Amino acid sequence: MPKITYIEHGGKSHTIEVSNGLSVMEGAVQKNIPGIDADCGGSMACATCHVYVKEEWFNKLPKKEDGEEDMLDMAFEPKKNSRLSCQLMVSEQLDGLVVDLPEKQA
Amino acid sequence: MIKTDALIIGAGPTGLFTAHQLKLIGLNCEVVDNLDKIGGQCIELYPDKPIYDIPAIPECTGEELTNNLIKQLKPFDIKFHLSERVEEVKKNNENWVVKTNKGTEFSTPNIIIAGGVGSFEPRKFGPKECEKFENKSLFYSIKDKSIFKGKIVSIFGGGDSALDWAIELSKDSKVNVIHRRDEFRGAQSTVDKVNELAKDGKINLFTKYQLKGANGKENLESIDIIHDDKEIKNLKTDFILGFFGLIMQLGPITNWGLNLDKKKISVDTEKFETDQKGIFAIGDICTYPGKLKLILSGFHEGALAARGCFKYARPDEKLRFEFTTTSKSIHSRLGIKKDD
Repeated sequence: MPKITYIEHGGKSHTIEVSNGLSVMEGAVQKNIPGIDADCGGSMACATCHVYVKEEWFNKLPKKEDGEEDMLDMAFEPKKNSRLSCQLMVSEQLDGLVVDLPEKQA
Repeated sequence: MIKTDALIIGAGPTGLFTAHQLKLIGLNCEVVDNLDKIGGQCIELYPDKPIYDIPAIPECTGEELTNNLIKQLKPFDIKFHLSERVEEVKKNNENWVVKTNKGTEFSTPNIIIAGGVGSFEPRKFGPKECEKFENKSLFYSIKDKSIFKGKIVSIFGGGDSALDWAIELSKDSKVNVIHRRDEFRGAQSTVDKVNELAKDGKINLFTKYQLKGANGKENLESIDIIHDDKEIKNLKTDFILGFFGLIMQLGPITNWGLNLDKKKISVDTEKFETDQKGIFAIGDICTYPGKLKLILSGFHEGALAARGCFKYARPDEKLRFEFTTTSKSIHSRLGIKKDD
């Protein structure tokens, strides 16, 4: 199973296995990793599963769809490497992905 | 003090259908919602997005679903208290006394919490010092635009609210618009108008910038904005406006003594009642083994919670199960007259 690493704003790191086909958001929520709220449940309507993708990974990810960039306008302190983790589908290609979590989601 | 058989907190699809269920079984109810409109997440988050899993409705948008639910409630006279947030819930003998932030008070044997993921609140700026300027020189909504006359106003955001206000305020104020990227998500005609005003020097546009800090002791004097490339600009400004949409906050619900599990309220699956007698929780806000966050699950939960309310509202009566197709009493509640 692909391993995904989530680093909390305070620096605490969680590396977990996430099944193929789940989103990076769902992986975190199922394992109760703090810092991802996912209020809307993955319908790309709330921007509370916002993550910063480590640079070496950012360009390897599938490009954002239109709605994601719009939602990121609403996220807390978005940066160039911001993504909504509900839109990142886990596959073998994502094995080893590292994401930083923002200070807060809202 | 308003007396009612049941108070519904939340005017989303679950709350609306539950109001219908309550009225069908002969109970009255009132509805409170913090938003200024009916529909909850469906209307605030995805009015234009399609929904495909409402039974017997192959496809509809959040707005269409809301409008249909409102239409279904038409036979009934239900009072909605919009733009009000329930702050306090207290027990008084057999009844609950509920107070909103506007001071409205209810006395009811039943509270049905259909609050989704919480009440919608404006998303706020990150820098901590912003708080001290809030509601003085920093706003997330505008109540009185006359205060901006002749002043410098810095507007943050890229949606219709930000752009519409930029256009409006540019008539009598010096307006800066600051947005985190080059594209705006407002309506094209609005974006065109803003670009035109920018060309004419009526609006100063700063794209790929975000708020870094707000300066001033008592009164706001200037702001620092930071570019994607880390370059920092200082802008003189009298007011800051932030339009980043709304976020859901559980808020006061956490203070009502309910059994919470990961920001959700635990309920039984017979009546969807919480550990407090007469307080029910339905829809996205409740949790139980097997819970699915679907609108149809909220409808089911509401139907059963409504029956749970009956016992407390009419302790001396027995609720008979009836179908809407045949029941005369239900037809009379719906105002249906037979032609024959």
